[in-house]
Amino acid sequence: MDFFNDYRKLYLTSLGLFVLLTILVAIMPAISNQNNNSPLPTEEALSAAALEGKALYVANGCVACHTQQVRNLDMDKVWGKRPSIAADYADEQRTDLWRNTATLMGTERTGPDLADVGNRQPSAEWNLLHLYQPRAVVAESIMPAYPWLFEEKAELEEGDVEVPVPDAFRKGVKGKIVATKDALNLVAYLQSLKQAELPGSMAAPEFLYKREEKAKADASGGEDLGLDGAALYAANCQSCHQASGEGLKGAFPPLKGSQIVLDDNPEVLIDVVMNGYDARPEFASMPAIGTNMKLSAAEVAAIINHERTSWGNSARKVPVEEVQKIMDMLGQTAKK
Amino acid sequence: MTKQKSDNTIPQNRSKLFYVILLTTSSLLPTATFAQSGSTADSGLFSLPGILITITLLIVPVVAAIFLLVVKANALFKNIQNRKDSEEATRFATYLKTLNVEQLEALQNDRHHQDYHLNNQELSGPFSPEDSKGLLSSINERANIRFIEAKRKAIVRPGIDPALARLILWFLGTATFWLVFGTSVGEYVGIKFVTPDVDQVSWLSFGRLRPVHTNAVFWGWSSLAMLGLGYYVVPRVSNIQIHSLKSGWWSLILINASVVLGTIALMAGINNGGGEYREYIWPIQLLFGIGLVITLVNYLRTVARRKTTEIYVSNWYIVAAVMFAIVISIVAYVPNFQNGLGETIIQGYYMHQGVGMWFMLFTLGLVYYYLPQQLNKPIYSYSLGILAFWSQIFFYTLIGTHHFVFSAIPWSLQTVAIVGSAGMVIPVVSGTTNFIMTFRGAWHKVAGSYTLPFFIVGIIFYFTGSLQGTAEAFRSTNLMWHFTDFTVAHSHLTMYGIIAFFLWGGIYAIVPRLTRQEPPQITVGIHFWMAFIGMMFYTIPLMWGGTMRGLMWMEGLPFIESVTMMAPYWLWRAIGGSLMWVSHLVFAYNMYRMINPRKTVNINDEAIKKLHANDYELVDILDK
Repeated sequence: MDFFNDYRKLYLTSLGLFVLLTILVAIMPAISNQNNNSPLPTEEALSAAALEGKALYVANGCVACHTQQVRNLDMDKVWGKRPSIAADYADEQRTDLWRNTATLMGTERTGPDLADVGNRQPSAEWNLLHLYQPRAVVAESIMPAYPWLFEEKAELEEGDVEVPVPDAFRKGVKGKIVATKDALNLVAYLQSLKQAELPGSMAAPEFLYKREEKAKADASGGEDLGLDGAALYAANCQSCHQASGEGLKGAFPPLKGSQIVLDDNPEVLIDVVMNGYDARPEFASMPAIGTNMKLSAAEVAAIINHERTSWGNSARKVPVEEVQKIMDMLGQTAKK
Repeated sequence: MTKQKSDNTIPQNRSKLFYVILLTTSSLLPTATFAQSGSTADSGLFSLPGILITITLLIVPVVAAIFLLVVKANALFKNIQNRKDSEEATRFATYLKTLNVEQLEALQNDRHHQDYHLNNQELSGPFSPEDSKGLLSSINERANIRFIEAKRKAIVRPGIDPALARLILWFLGTATFWLVFGTSVGEYVGIKFVTPDVDQVSWLSFGRLRPVHTNAVFWGWSSLAMLGLGYYVVPRVSNIQIHSLKSGWWSLILINASVVLGTIALMAGINNGGGEYREYIWPIQLLFGIGLVITLVNYLRTVARRKTTEIYVSNWYIVAAVMFAIVISIVAYVPNFQNGLGETIIQGYYMHQGVGMWFMLFTLGLVYYYLPQQLNKPIYSYSLGILAFWSQIFFYTLIGTHHFVFSAIPWSLQTVAIVGSAGMVIPVVSGTTNFIMTFRGAWHKVAGSYTLPFFIVGIIFYFTGSLQGTAEAFRSTNLMWHFTDFTVAHSHLTMYGIIAFFLWGGIYAIVPRLTRQEPPQITVGIHFWMAFIGMMFYTIPLMWGGTMRGLMWMEGLPFIESVTMMAPYWLWRAIGGSLMWVSHLVFAYNMYRMINPRKTVNINDEAIKKLHANDYELVDILDK
């Protein structure tokens, strides 16, 4: 028992074991991952504004609720088109002398994952309104509001971005609500969060633990392949156009009773879904959500059929084949 | 012959059974632990080993609480039974009044015969006993009914340097402040889940306050309380004075300064990079680190000059924990390997070693001292202590990256972490066995002690909380629980159920010895039960809701539905959190009662003092 009675031997041995294991499981893997990964050639570097926005993201502890990682799990498919890989994080560097690297992968998903939010929700108008008061766009949201990123002005000045806050959320603010530089930077950062395309030679890792396809069971059941139009609408459209289909006055147009939605010829509707829309100055511009999210013809059909038959709308259901044809046509005109 | 045969078959059967168990468990484990793909949709939740383990672990504290309730109820029933018996006696007495003279005489005779006993004074005669050397003390002659057993008072021990006592009390006092502060912030943050618009001030926004809460209870409450209790244990088991009191004070000041500055910085939006528990920027965390280095030197010098041959197990754990914490902090803050995924790998290592190698290791060291002390018997097994110590170092160091299962971190590293998590069964089971066996033959002391219930809860959650961590690390369960509030529940079961309860046990064990003032028994009871019940209300809804949420995600339901689904569970969490928070206020009051000198008039002492008072005062009185 001499060993246990000699404090030098005892403590040095335990310290040695701990340090050895630390080197093996932490320091060496960290060094090898740091040195042997480089960012994808397709990835864009953060703009100056986005970098400022990232600093705000860190300062306000957004990582407490938002992850930035698409796991290689089937359930994470909703957050990005492919699982995140080491290269996605390879260009994360030390922030400055005082602050460490912010990889911001996160460990809690109280709110949605943001790894690909720049594709999923690129609308600056939506993001600004959502930051000012999340519940103005998503009634059930529990995200904190960030009114201190905005200021109140009597008159708009050159270059000011006004946020169309609905009256119910103005809380005594009489003037115009204008985004500060900070708010714009934070939105620039959110818009920059996009999963880069993999180079052609590289295969994306597989999504594991696949859910048994509901579609297979329902294949005979109908033309919509068992896709849930309401769920797809909730995931892709609802944050702007709302569950009621009524949109938000002054920000997002209603789909209820909309001429475009109800038109017997769905061409314009599918064009808007796929390529976005900015024809009406009284509303925010709509991003090319269908193209960004790579929606399939079946998914687009499920979404527009949900829109055409809900909230009192009653237009005919569009079969998948017809949607496919229109999408092919749109694709060709886009190429020209 | 036949007897011999049957004797032989028994061990054979046993070993067969053993192999069957071994086979089934080993065939179960690899598929569950290392399955890389496959469907879990239809196999049913209750066939997942992680789920089964968790349910079993959940049952343990509930059963313990029920057991305690049954014991209490049993006592109550006995009371009621006695009351019934005395009513029966009244009826019997009225019957006796109806008897005639002969019957009564016969009965009297009977009674006389039955009642005849030796009076024990046949030899000594009528002299009353005398305790001329004063060997007997605290003879209780009261005969009234006692509803609650009075807890034993702490025994005043000689030889505690008042200067050291002052240092320890300052450590524990500031720790108490950070507990109340940190959990007030935590309570407020929990309320924000229910009413997100309760305020819209930048310094009080959720994302800034959350790390304020976690860091305050980590570095403020738990660390200071541990170090304070350590300053008592390290010199005591070395049988020597602490090496330097002065450096102890420096350590106290630096760590407190670190938490004060860190709290302000985080609220102002100065954050190191968002990695959990290393949100303090390096100049602030450096103060904490220097405080640790000073303490390490102090502890080491004390152990080096010890007057015992052996180094008691407590000092293995405590000194090792301080050494490891310094290593962990260095690894976490040195920038050379923190770019890209390097940061994430270090983050996984750091956040888990911080918990396991700093808080857990140090606290176990404290338990190895305070538990045997409170039971007044030696720890059950030295060997189990050795096994637990080395296996903890070996397995715990590996498990950091299990916070990033299924992420972009190399698959092999994730697997190492999962294997390490499974290996944690060894130190946890050996440690728990050691503590429980130390209780053997001394369970009766629990009823008469207000510290032991804290230790029992700590031991229960050491077992269940730690093994729950193992269950969560499996890939099959990670699928469902990762990113949900289940993790929040787990960290509270461990940092609160284990660490905080052990620390309270230790604090109630020594502070009365240092100050010679007991806390009121009733408020200690309130503290204990509110903290315990509050924690159950906090964790069980979060575990249930977290599981539901994970399942909704797996089904591919819209995310916002999983938010609205959680609302009632978050409300329950706020309710449980409130109970915990109130219990901390009660604890702070108990600390005040133990530390603040109370002037009480002792009639005897006062009378003696009056006798020795200056004579002219007496003359004055006599004159009148």
